[in-house]
Amino acid sequence: MSELTYTLTELMAVTAAREIMDGEVVFAGTGLPMLGAMLAQRTHAPNCIIIFEAGTIASQLAHLPMSVGDPRAMRGAAVAAGLLEVFSYVLQAGWVDVGFLSGAQIDRYGNINSTSIGADPRHPKVRFSGSGGACDIACLAQRNIIIALHEKRRFPDKVDYVTSPGWLAGGDARQRAGLVRGGPSVVVTTKGVMRFHPDTKEMYLASYHHGLTAEAVAEDTGFTLDITGAKETALPTADELHILREVVDPERVFLK
Amino acid sequence: MSKLIGLAEAAALVPDGATVSFGGFTTQRHPMAFVYELVRLKRRNLYLFGHSPGGDWDILIGAGCVKRVELAYEADEAFNTIGPRWRLAVQRGEIEWEDYSNFSMVARFTAGAMGIPFMPVRSLLGSDVVARQALTPEQRQADARTSPLKLHVMQSPFDPNDRVVLVPAIHTDFCVIHVQKATANGIVRIEGQTFADVQQALCADTVIVTAEEIVDESSLRSEPERNQVPYFAVRYVCHVPWGAHPYAAYNYYDYDPRQLKRYHDSAEDDTLYAQYLEQFVYGVKDHAQYLQVVGGAERLDGLRSAPEYGYRPDLKRRRLDA
Repeated sequence: MSELTYTLTELMAVTAAREIMDGEVVFAGTGLPMLGAMLAQRTHAPNCIIIFEAGTIASQLAHLPMSVGDPRAMRGAAVAAGLLEVFSYVLQAGWVDVGFLSGAQIDRYGNINSTSIGADPRHPKVRFSGSGGACDIACLAQRNIIIALHEKRRFPDKVDYVTSPGWLAGGDARQRAGLVRGGPSVVVTTKGVMRFHPDTKEMYLASYHHGLTAEAVAEDTGFTLDITGAKETALPTADELHILREVVDPERVFLK
Repeated sequence: MSKLIGLAEAAALVPDGATVSFGGFTTQRHPMAFVYELVRLKRRNLYLFGHSPGGDWDILIGAGCVKRVELAYEADEAFNTIGPRWRLAVQRGEIEWEDYSNFSMVARFTAGAMGIPFMPVRSLLGSDVVARQALTPEQRQADARTSPLKLHVMQSPFDPNDRVVLVPAIHTDFCVIHVQKATANGIVRIEGQTFADVQQALCADTVIVTAEEIVDESSLRSEPERNQVPYFAVRYVCHVPWGAHPYAAYNYYDYDPRQLKRYHDSAEDDTLYAQYLEQFVYGVKDHAQYLQVVGGAERLDGLRSAPEYGYRPDLKRRRLDA
């Protein structure tokens, strides 16, 4: 049997899609989250609902949007409104089951920085776009999927700026901060899949991608990563890859 | 009463130092033609409020028109995940700013639009959006238009265990929105996502609407449930076809990936950026000439929305060098 070939982007999209359950309300951002959500909708989760913060609810996407405010997001939507409606009546009210987040730095508790690099955010070495809706999604979705490039510098002991709160200092810190729900459930990276310990909320390695070892993934992480029990990440199936390439992103907008 | 005026005349109403918000969201419905006029007028010290602007802010920042901003995000999403002139301006210490999130910025516009001093949100708790401030207390004190406090965390008076973040209302001198249809007296019809245009408009002293089409009042009054902004809140209306280019206007045209690539390919470099501004803004006299320079009717026809989609399903979005 010949081995399937796939890119890391494809593997991450498939792995993220498998985190979405049928019927869930998904708050999706641009890029990999769109690939993951659309793939889930066309495989095991046909009834999942895609929501974009710019105002569209339950789109039936025919073409991949290049922004959450893309006219493509209007396709087949059940409701088109604006940011206030989506953030207040949908996200803050608790309707969103799963959100997607990413950033330049992620710490062991899943706190994310997408604001700037450098100790003083008033004088940053590198400035990014800023939160957008990320902080809101991090605070108010029932759970979050984090997508990231896996490099040591991107997984530091402490992030320079907490744009999007994860489990904060671990344990019940999130609750103590006054957040009413949520928290990251999984981190899908270019090297593996991490989850969070149920009590301490520290990140541990659940699986490493084919061709790597658990030790190699831990070596590329800036904090100590528990690798006890890590297995190999399930490979994408031929069916998933076919749908991803031919149905979800035939234009190769995001797939490489 | 007709509120129609020319685009250049409308842009000239915005003085140096004004507080302004622009409608739209990252890649759709920014009043770009109006923004180009402000760049051509070499406006200075503008103070901008926004949630997720894109190239509207980036070009103004890059052209030196902006002093202070309050925002959640500045980028073109998949076309460029960081606004290049925004990034450089911050790194070079050329701009003052304060960071919020999209929800909190929209809550702030909403409070202003509702005539109340603040809005509570359940977001932000535990984040550095609460813990840190980019503007110093002195900077806040020195400008009465900046809220003396960035935000305030409080317990609900009805339940001591319930915590919320109060974010201050926004009021701006001007709000400029680009919409699909408007009447001469200022009834507004936005098609597709409304973003936060309505809230932004209703917290501004002077609302300027640029529209793809100026239509008869009866045609909008026959379906009032599809209109968004009451005409008495609108001060001026400009007829500006292709007014959001290179961004999209649902049902009218798609974004222009070629022009966006030109922008982002040049914006990382000061010299190339100066050339971009010269070629597409300073060197053209008005929006009609701009539309010629970006490719004219032939290019624009290829961006027109297909009626059954509201966008261009066959738009070439990748490998644009060919």
